[in-house]
Amino acid sequence: MKINRNRARPIEEGDLTPMIDMTFQLIAFFMVLINFSQVERSEAIMLPDSTLAKPPDEQPKFRVLLNMKQTGSVLFAGSEFKNLDELKGALSREIRDAERRNVQKADITVIIRAHSRAKMGKVQELIGICQDVELESFSLRVNEKTRSG
Amino acid sequence: MKIRNSEAHQENAELNMTSMIDIVFQLLVFFIMTFKITAMEGDFQVKMPRASSANDSIEQPFDEPIKIELMADEDGSILDIIVDGESKGTSFTALANHVTGLAGPPGPERTRIVAEKEVEFDCDYDLRYEEVIAGITAVSGKRNKDREIETLFQKIKFKDNGKGN
Repeated sequence: MKINRNRARPIEEGDLTPMIDMTFQLIAFFMVLINFSQVERSEAIMLPDSTLAKPPDEQPKFRVLLNMKQTGSVLFAGSEFKNLDELKGALSREIRDAERRNVQKADITVIIRAHSRAKMGKVQELIGICQDVELESFSLRVNEKTRSG
Repeated sequence: MKIRNSEAHQENAELNMTSMIDIVFQLLVFFIMTFKITAMEGDFQVKMPRASSANDSIEQPFDEPIKIELMADEDGSILDIIVDGESKGTSFTALANHVTGLAGPPGPERTRIVAEKEVEFDCDYDLRYEEVIAGITAVSGKRNKDREIETLFQKIKFKDNGKGN
């Protein structure tokens, strides 16, 4: 029996439309949820929990974010400061940067993200360093705890 | 003149989707890899200007602040909570109940008191930060049965412990 292999057969292609639709929906989902502001949060910091914490109603005009590790060293502007006195220079530069943008010192908010097991004395030392460069508005950042207990 | 309109020519007119799908999948992989679920974060506002002898007399609050002393054991955990000289043990619930009593019954008078009265925390150097946050939470308010926040004292400051502020 002779089999005719030369008979033209239509090319069978799957319909890609639903897969592309789904993929675009997934991309849209992740794009909406991605939060680039988390980049400056340090992974080494485990914040304490509080049932009363809520995101601030309005963002400060200028903010200085200080991460304090459990050891008491401070992460700021990509550097780790084990001696807190060395932080004054970096803070002064940040204040000058704010003033160039016409932001007054009183409008600068210092956000302190301290590890839950850090010593309170170290946190107060950090507050003292900020006060030395005339910063006076502080936010103590905590994790939002949804259930009291 | 005869115009050839073969079906074979029409089939070849489809767009090539391969490169677009490649890019789309690369984007998808990027977003999946960078996606991270994190807990929501919130703030406690603390206004603490450096006290100086020149303006102490001007900015001194009319009333004495509520003084809360938080003492630490050698582990850094809370050892004792002392409110205006009275020990509350290690219970932050007892502290919350005490300051709620100081604020008075709900109403305009409580609103005035909690807006004006200051709370001063005197913390041991070695006390863990989470214990202080528990104390601040206790005096700042509480959530009622409807999960709404009943606001208490908002003016919080820390006493100079001699090594820092």
